[in-house]
Amino acid sequence: MYAFEYHRPTSVKEAASLAGGAEDAKFLAGGHTLLPTMKLRLAGPANLIDLGQIAELRGIERSGSAVTIGAMMKHAEVATSAEVKEAIPALAEMAELIGDPHVRNRGTIGGSIANNDPSADYPAACLALNATIVTNQRKVAADDFFQGIFTTALEEGEIITRVSFPIPSQAAYAKFRNPASRYALVGVFVAKHADGVRVAVTGAGSNGVFRVPEMEKALSGSFTPDALNGIAVPQDRMNSDIHADAAYRAHLVGVMARRAVQAAAARG
Amino acid sequence: MTATGIGAPVRRKEDQRFVTGQGRYVDDFNRPGQAYAYFLRSPHAHAIIRSIDTGPAMIMPGVIAVFTGDDLAADKIGGLICGWMIHSKDGSPMKAGPHPALAQGKVRYVGDHVAVVIAETLAQAKDAAEAIVVDYDVLPAVVDPAQATKASAQVHDVSPDNTVFNWHLGNKDEAEAAFARAKHITTIDLVNNRLVPNPIEPRAAVGEYDPGTDNYTLYTTSQNPHVARLVLSAFIGVAPEHKLRVIAPDVGGGFGSKIFIYAEETVCVWAAKKVKRPVKWTSDRTEAFLSDAHGRDHVTHAEMATDENGRIIGLRVHTVANLGAYLSTFSSSVPTYLYAPLLSGQYDIPAIYCEVDAVYTNTAPVDAYRGAGRPEATYVLERLVEKTARELGQDPAEFRRKNYITQFPHATPVIMTYDTGDYAASLDKALELADYKNFQQRKQESARRGKLRGIGFSSYIEACGIAPSQAVGSLGAGVGLWESAEVRVNPTGSVEVLTGSHSHGQGHETTFAQLVSDRLGIPIDQVSIVHGDTDKVQFGMGTYGSRSGAVGMSAIAKALDKVIAKGKKVAAHVLEASEGDIEFKDGRFGVAGTDRSMAFGEIALQAYIAHKFSGQDLEPGLKEGAFYDPTNFTFPAGVHICEVEIDPDTGVTKIERWTAVDDFGVIINPMIVEGQVHGGIAQGVGQALLEGAVYDQSGQLITASFNDYCMPRAIDLPSFQVGMTVTPCPSNPLGIKGCGEAGAIAAPPAVINAITDALGHEDIAMPATPQAVWRAAQKARMPMAAE
Ligand SMILES: Cc1cc2nc3c(=O)[nH]c(=O)nc-3n(C[C@H](O)[C@H](O)[C@H](O)COP(=O)(O)OP(=O)(O)OC[C@H]3O[C@@H](n4cnc5c(N)ncnc54)[C@H](O)[C@@H]3O)c2cc1C
Repeated sequence: MYAFEYHRPTSVKEAASLAGGAEDAKFLAGGHTLLPTMKLRLAGPANLIDLGQIAELRGIERSGSAVTIGAMMKHAEVATSAEVKEAIPALAEMAELIGDPHVRNRGTIGGSIANNDPSADYPAACLALNATIVTNQRKVAADDFFQGIFTTALEEGEIITRVSFPIPSQAAYAKFRNPASRYALVGVFVAKHADGVRVAVTGAGSNGVFRVPEMEKALSGSFTPDALNGIAVPQDRMNSDIHADAAYRAHLVGVMARRAVQAAAARG
Repeated sequence: MTATGIGAPVRRKEDQRFVTGQGRYVDDFNRPGQAYAYFLRSPHAHAIIRSIDTGPAMIMPGVIAVFTGDDLAADKIGGLICGWMIHSKDGSPMKAGPHPALAQGKVRYVGDHVAVVIAETLAQAKDAAEAIVVDYDVLPAVVDPAQATKASAQVHDVSPDNTVFNWHLGNKDEAEAAFARAKHITTIDLVNNRLVPNPIEPRAAVGEYDPGTDNYTLYTTSQNPHVARLVLSAFIGVAPEHKLRVIAPDVGGGFGSKIFIYAEETVCVWAAKKVKRPVKWTSDRTEAFLSDAHGRDHVTHAEMATDENGRIIGLRVHTVANLGAYLSTFSSSVPTYLYAPLLSGQYDIPAIYCEVDAVYTNTAPVDAYRGAGRPEATYVLERLVEKTARELGQDPAEFRRKNYITQFPHATPVIMTYDTGDYAASLDKALELADYKNFQQRKQESARRGKLRGIGFSSYIEACGIAPSQAVGSLGAGVGLWESAEVRVNPTGSVEVLTGSHSHGQGHETTFAQLVSDRLGIPIDQVSIVHGDTDKVQFGMGTYGSRSGAVGMSAIAKALDKVIAKGKKVAAHVLEASEGDIEFKDGRFGVAGTDRSMAFGEIALQAYIAHKFSGQDLEPGLKEGAFYDPTNFTFPAGVHICEVEIDPDTGVTKIERWTAVDDFGVIINPMIVEGQVHGGIAQGVGQALLEGAVYDQSGQLITASFNDYCMPRAIDLPSFQVGMTVTPCPSNPLGIKGCGEAGAIAAPPAVINAITDALGHEDIAMPATPQAVWRAAQKARMPMAAE
């Protein structure tokens, strides 16, 4: 790790002004991506702004048609939240599938979304649930937020404060874990909304999380696994590495989509 | 059996400190004035070093010194050695290239040691390492052992075609004759995947020099501190043997990787004198992946000949073994004498011929890893036996039974003479525990759910209790493989046992104490086991090859016999009887036929006060030592049965059942033995399903972190059914065979045999990852689709 200045603001405003005034600053949330990168000397921010003491970034609220989660909420808190489990059980289950207990008790929803790792789980949930990412400056629809691997709509110094998830009528997440890292080799989140079904895939795409319009169309017609018969995602859009090549990933997208639909339908 | 004697499931004494965080590992030792070493490692797999400019690093904050290979050479520090000489078929000695602790002119793998920075803090040492300017001339690299002899890359000047040796064992003509008259021949091509050992504690070293006494101390993560001292003094020349103290304190696992003498500890001892400060180095996990000696990495073609009665009559094996960029300490013995002599397995095979071509590549050195050679042999043989049975349409269990050795001693055509065993007994018990007779029912039930179920056997044998010194000497070993022990009885009757074995997870502090408790009739809390310090224990050969029970404890048993004999002399004086009338039983020395007796502790006190000794005929004190050299290897053997269910849609293999029936001879502590079996199976399943070190064509290690290198987790394993059979080992006084490696040896073929059974074809390699199994399952479906 290289030397850095450490800051611990207590409000979003203070954090934003620190970021605005400091050279080469990074926000620190759970630190489960940022700190390993720093330890390996792959990142060396001059200023580290710890968001951990900011009360307004915490909390989970249900308001009629949506669940809103503070950016600093840990995966374990989302997984065990009574509000989330009742309103969007698929989201709680997704959070429960992240990493291991250590990771779930440090990693945050805001950090996960800001990082937009191509194998992370939250981006698929955001996209399928048609979430709104709220920052200290604006509101961004998930469809506009995720812009390719490790790339988002966030501007320099912009802070995610909350994520708002519309409550679907049915939803489920099916994850095929990378055996080594436990991130998603392929994860498919399906959600049935009043205006149609959304299907989002993480882990598989060479350009990060993506939606599958063909599946969405078919499932909007009939929300059953069989509706997916004959629909394949193109291999040339798939990622390929030592764990899974493009053909296998494309195949798994189909399998996981079916399993997600089955689970969502079973939930009724 | 007493509550703490031989055979009792005593809880591990050492666990109290381990589970409460009180263990003292090398990194926990901080010496006054300690500085930190950081190694600049090669980013290239193969390159000429044109120049190294350490100047910019020398002026960085906190830097004490920066050294390169030239500094070691100027001090006449020798290179690292390989301690086992192998001769090629043509009689020529193996081609050992130079192995400097810091590179001289060339780097040969990613992670090779280029320079070392010594600084006040580790962060400062790392900062300075970044400032060193190295001018590399990058050369083409070779990583694939099968291509090594044809590659344009030449790893060492001594070997133009990258061959270390072309070795063989067995009788070629007899094997050829057997194949000529065979009714059936089964062939197989296998890769034994390269593994990274990954003990939970990474390697570490602290070197210290005392200018007043000219004494050196090295704290190091070693499985054999005395061997480390011998090599560092006699061969590498960092310090005279009598001036170097090597301490291997609590060590968090080794699996073989901490047997070897590496560059880092060599440099720490040497640099401590140079900079007049203690020097510490602790590996991080990335360095461990890059520079710990890896395991396995064989490419093999093998053939099995059977006659018209379904009897195995011949075996031919050709293996290419990757030894990496340098010959690590015992690397040459692993694919040779620890491998081919096991190829007879549990079977009566009259003719065996094995050829091994060992090669250099631009990868980390490869050496012994849990099982060392024996898992590789077992994988070849048990895959081939299973395939043969299938091709002959025979039940794999009954095919094995028919070919088992039943008469002992049995001399195989590949050196070994098995002393004892009852292979059919283990098979019967395993079949029963595995509920083999209802397997077809379970398979049909899986099929109804769209799943593929398979069952696989592994009828393994291993040669442990390593090893008779004369035998290994005749095979090229540079050392003898006996063990030493010293039993020191204190005046209060408590006992310290100094042993040359080293415990790094095995539980010696418990099992060795159980032996003492059993023999002397004293509670185990009266016994301390002292190991891992060359200033305390006179000499020892360390722990590997499941040798600490069979060899290490036998030495203790011998020393205890001497203590009891001396105790009888003392008792004779004190009880005023003749020595021949003294009996030792249940912890008391008594005069036969009388009620006069004294407890062991009372006799110990008498030995030290010596008030009752007259004249010079009896020395005071009670302390005895012994060296024990085994008369043979030991041959643990058993049957493991693995049952898997495959999801053909995803390729996920789930292990549904695991049955292990092992014959380890006499068991000191069944709980610890079972733990060793569990851990071994976990590692074997790791190799079969999850683990694999992958280098890309340029020699970069792709799997250099746990993000990509998949270790087994509890969730990957079922609850194990563990059974035992016992045929006591006749070649050591305790009847022990050893249990440390069995699981890792038995497991891989059991898993792959189960998967191939489920798939209905043989085309799957380790690690059988979901992707590989999915693809293989597609292939299995194809003929069905074509029908
Ligand atoms: C072993 C391991 C396994 C894992 N497994 C999984 C898995 O299975 N699935 C999965 O999805 N994830 C997984 N993760 C990732 C983890 O769960 C976190 O989601 C991830 O590390 C990012 O969250 P964090 O809170 O740790 O963010 P940090 O590491 O603190 O930050 C990550 C990035 O986001 C920025 N950032 C953080 N918060 C904000 C904010 N509020 N506004 C703007 N920018 C911000 C930071 O500046 C930084 O650039 C794993 C991580 C580890 C170490």
